Amino acid sequence: MESNDTGKFFNLIYLDLSLLLALLAVSGLGLVVLYSAGQGALDLVIGQAMRLGLGFTIMLVLAQAPPRYFRFWSPWIYLGGILLLLAVMVVGDISKGARRWLDLGVVRFQPSEIMKVAVPMAMAWFFGDKPLPPRWWHLLSGALITVVPFILIARQPDLGTALVVGCAGASVLFLAGLSWFLMIGLVGALGAAIPLFWTFVMHDYQRQRVLTFLDPESDPLGAGYHIIQSKIAIGSGGIYGKGWLNGTQSHLDFLPEGSTDFIFAAFSEEFGLVGGCLLLALYFFIVTRCLYLATRAPDTYTRLLAGSLTLIFFLYAFVNSGMVSGLLPVVGLPLPLFSYGGTSLVTIMAGFGILMSIHSHRRTPTR
Amino acid sequence: MKNWRPFTQPPLDPLLTREKDNTAESELFFRRALVVVFAVFLSFLAVAGRLVYLQVLNHDRFTTLSDSNRVRLQPLPPTRGFIFDRNGVLLADNLASYHLEITREQVKNLDATLAELRERIALTDADIERFRKLARRSPPYAGIPLRFQLTDEEIARLAIDLYRLPGVDIKADLTRRYPLGPRAVHAIGYVGRIDEGELSKLDPGQYSGSTHIGKTGAERSYEAVLHGRTGYQQVETNADGRPLRVLNRTPPTPGQHIYLSIDIRLQAVAEKLLEGYNGAIVALDPRNGEVLALASQPIYDPNLFVNGIDFASYRALNTSKDRPLLNRALRGIYPPGSTIKPLMALAGLDYGVVNRYSGVFCPGFYRLPGVGRKFRDWKRSGHGSVDMDRAIAQSCDVYFYNLALNLGIDRIHEFLGRFSMGRLTGIDLPGEKGALLPSQEWKRKIHKQPWFAGDSLSAGIGQGYFLATPLQLAHAVAIISQQGNSFAPRVLYATEDPGTRTKTLEAPRPLPPVTVKNPRYWDAVIAGMIHVVEGGTAHKIGAGAKYRIAGKTGTAQVFTLGQNQRYSAKNLAKHLLDHALFIAFAPVEEPRIAVAVIAEHGGGGSATAAPLVRKVMDAWLLDKYDDSITAGIPPAQDAPPHGIE
Repeated sequence: MESNDTGKFFNLIYLDLSLLLALLAVSGLGLVVLYSAGQGALDLVIGQAMRLGLGFTIMLVLAQAPPRYFRFWSPWIYLGGILLLLAVMVVGDISKGARRWLDLGVVRFQPSEIMKVAVPMAMAWFFGDKPLPPRWWHLLSGALITVVPFILIARQPDLGTALVVGCAGASVLFLAGLSWFLMIGLVGALGAAIPLFWTFVMHDYQRQRVLTFLDPESDPLGAGYHIIQSKIAIGSGGIYGKGWLNGTQSHLDFLPEGSTDFIFAAFSEEFGLVGGCLLLALYFFIVTRCLYLATRAPDTYTRLLAGSLTLIFFLYAFVNSGMVSGLLPVVGLPLPLFSYGGTSLVTIMAGFGILMSIHSHRRTPTR
Repeated sequence: MKNWRPFTQPPLDPLLTREKDNTAESELFFRRALVVVFAVFLSFLAVAGRLVYLQVLNHDRFTTLSDSNRVRLQPLPPTRGFIFDRNGVLLADNLASYHLEITREQVKNLDATLAELRERIALTDADIERFRKLARRSPPYAGIPLRFQLTDEEIARLAIDLYRLPGVDIKADLTRRYPLGPRAVHAIGYVGRIDEGELSKLDPGQYSGSTHIGKTGAERSYEAVLHGRTGYQQVETNADGRPLRVLNRTPPTPGQHIYLSIDIRLQAVAEKLLEGYNGAIVALDPRNGEVLALASQPIYDPNLFVNGIDFASYRALNTSKDRPLLNRALRGIYPPGSTIKPLMALAGLDYGVVNRYSGVFCPGFYRLPGVGRKFRDWKRSGHGSVDMDRAIAQSCDVYFYNLALNLGIDRIHEFLGRFSMGRLTGIDLPGEKGALLPSQEWKRKIHKQPWFAGDSLSAGIGQGYFLATPLQLAHAVAIISQQGNSFAPRVLYATEDPGTRTKTLEAPRPLPPVTVKNPRYWDAVIAGMIHVVEGGTAHKIGAGAKYRIAGKTGTAQVFTLGQNQRYSAKNLAKHLLDHALFIAFAPVEEPRIAVAVIAEHGGGGSATAAPLVRKVMDAWLLDKYDDSITAGIPPAQDAPPHGIE
């Protein structure tokens, strides 16, 4: 592939062709579904297409930058992000009961979004020059890089983003070779702590809240309504689906958030099991392709960064599809490249830009 | 994949190689990446498995849930059938009427809109109150009625400005209309809005789209025929319940038209005759039980009730001492007085207590053996020696005192019961009363007293505890005219399918015939009744009749005179005057009409009630109608219009 002319051209603009094609396929399919889920509102589709255009442009621009720039800027971006998070705590705008936004006069944005890229960068930067598998003191100080923004974001509160940031950090630790014993030990300790916490620390109403969170169908008109309607949409789609533009759950407004967080249900209703599996296969291809690119990265920093960014993408896709199909509790993560909305799309595409850069600059050292 | 060389050494910064073994780290990363790929594969496989579970294994269940989400059944109310008289004169139909409706979601400022509407049409606080109450229970896209029965002038005034008032609409619907107003109201009845008590008893499938239901009269008893069958359409709705499109439709079946056996001209005659009295006239066709006229005065306008009567009118109707809402024909209970004497005579014959020639001497009073109390005859001077024929013709009380005493109350109760005295006649109108045919058992139970011989005497002349409705009396005289053949009285003459225009005549509803041991007993009693009209108490109405009438007068005491008092109409207040009664059938040879009349406080049966019966019979048998009476009645419609959908 890379030996022919097309390959040469994409090498020249620092993009991986097959990854690019897969991303375009998912985005294009997303626009088709959005046209239906948005009930034919063309401005919705155009808006999303423009956002995708912006996202792909960011990817293209970032792909041109050699990884050493990322490496150089990693700690500074991270520190800047932390400062912005602190600023949000003090002067942030409150919307829907959470303090997440920073208004800079010209633009209004969520600094927590930056941390989705900044934390993997900082973690990769930290472990990049440590001998791997990491020593325990490196582990402790490295974990701090993740824990600080995690707490800051969780306090906003924005559990979805905190989860992404936490997982991003954890994925770097895992890819850096955190020992299996330590992992099993940590998971075991956590598992053992939960029942104790449940019995001795939590109040009744808190337990109830957790139970509703875990089993939303016990509250069919409140928290459970979304997930019940979503399951009806998916289930009624059957193997081949109701056909494009024929989804009743989405078109008659039974499915809430049908073009944003729950677009996977609208898609599955119209395209059935066949469409759903095709989309999952595309996501699986993107993830494996990215991981393959990561293994080919020249050094530890780029490998860890590429792997971590891949896992963030996977986390979005898996948590969203799992949540919409009722496999996982409801967490407000969009389906990447599919859901209507811009903020996380930019972050995701920035991640792919960095991945492309790492892949296509692999013969140039990062230092 | 010839480039798959994950472990080849890329160019490295020499600084790092001292501490770090890039090859080893690369291998470590590769192993971890493999684990990740495996985990990612399992995760996506789990989601795919979940999709199989939802979309294949539970597909049917979710399809049902999805359909029940979006598909709603919407009732399509049928058009109510019309009501005609036996000749096809329209008595009740449905008129397009207009009401004002507000759809809240299209209104920007509800209060401002209401204020603007108030400037143009009359809106009472009650209208607005009801509107707000309904609005609280309805979704915002539903049109909620604000004012009913808009006049043409109001529509014109609103129509000009309607474009400026979004969400305000003039809607047409069908309102029940009784074009003849109060005429025959006690037979036709009326419809009204379904109330909550009725709602709980009705079949929700049939009435979910209907607003009105028959409340009284034929409107109520033939509700099932008139109402029709509700149709349905399946509509697709969105999550707010707003209907978007019709999926399929089962049209409603309009209600059947009904023809009442009443001749509205005869009805008008009867109601006119009773004007000035409270009372009732019931005319039956004795050959089949058809009700030819069912008049009860006073009357009232049923149109008042259709869309909810206003409080003042209802109060006036309900508190009037003339009680216009009371259907006296079925529910008015009166002492039948002498009108039961033919039945008593028949009982005497049937039980062998008397024969038609047995004589009794009437000195003007009757003294119970062993008791001091005197039972007066209406004629103080007495009738002298009377046999059965004379006793009926002259209405001799003493003869029937004696007969009643010899029969005893048990046999009276048994025999008169055969004529539906004290029981329901089974007429097809709601609310009929059984009145009271006393018995020993009844008195013991209700009054905790034994039956006295004096009670039998009173009962023998239709006084005392004895009570009957005008309908029961008409029914009894009809049975006599048919020499025992009996039919349940009915107002339903025919039904008609509004679509095919096929008319189905209603069959008579025969009751078990009244049999006596010798059929000639009937002749004896009927002969006496003929002599009532021909030389008897009602001889005045026999004069100049073109047909022969058999009848019996009755004068029922409302007020019990003291032992030595004399009844004097001049000295008594109107409400203490006797009720005037008359029952009759004609022509004697081939009876075609049986009539009972009660004029409350009308005085004497012969003077007041009998002439009314003669006029009713003249109208019916000679087809003689006074133009001034039938003036307001439209000609019979040969082809009644279809129900409007």
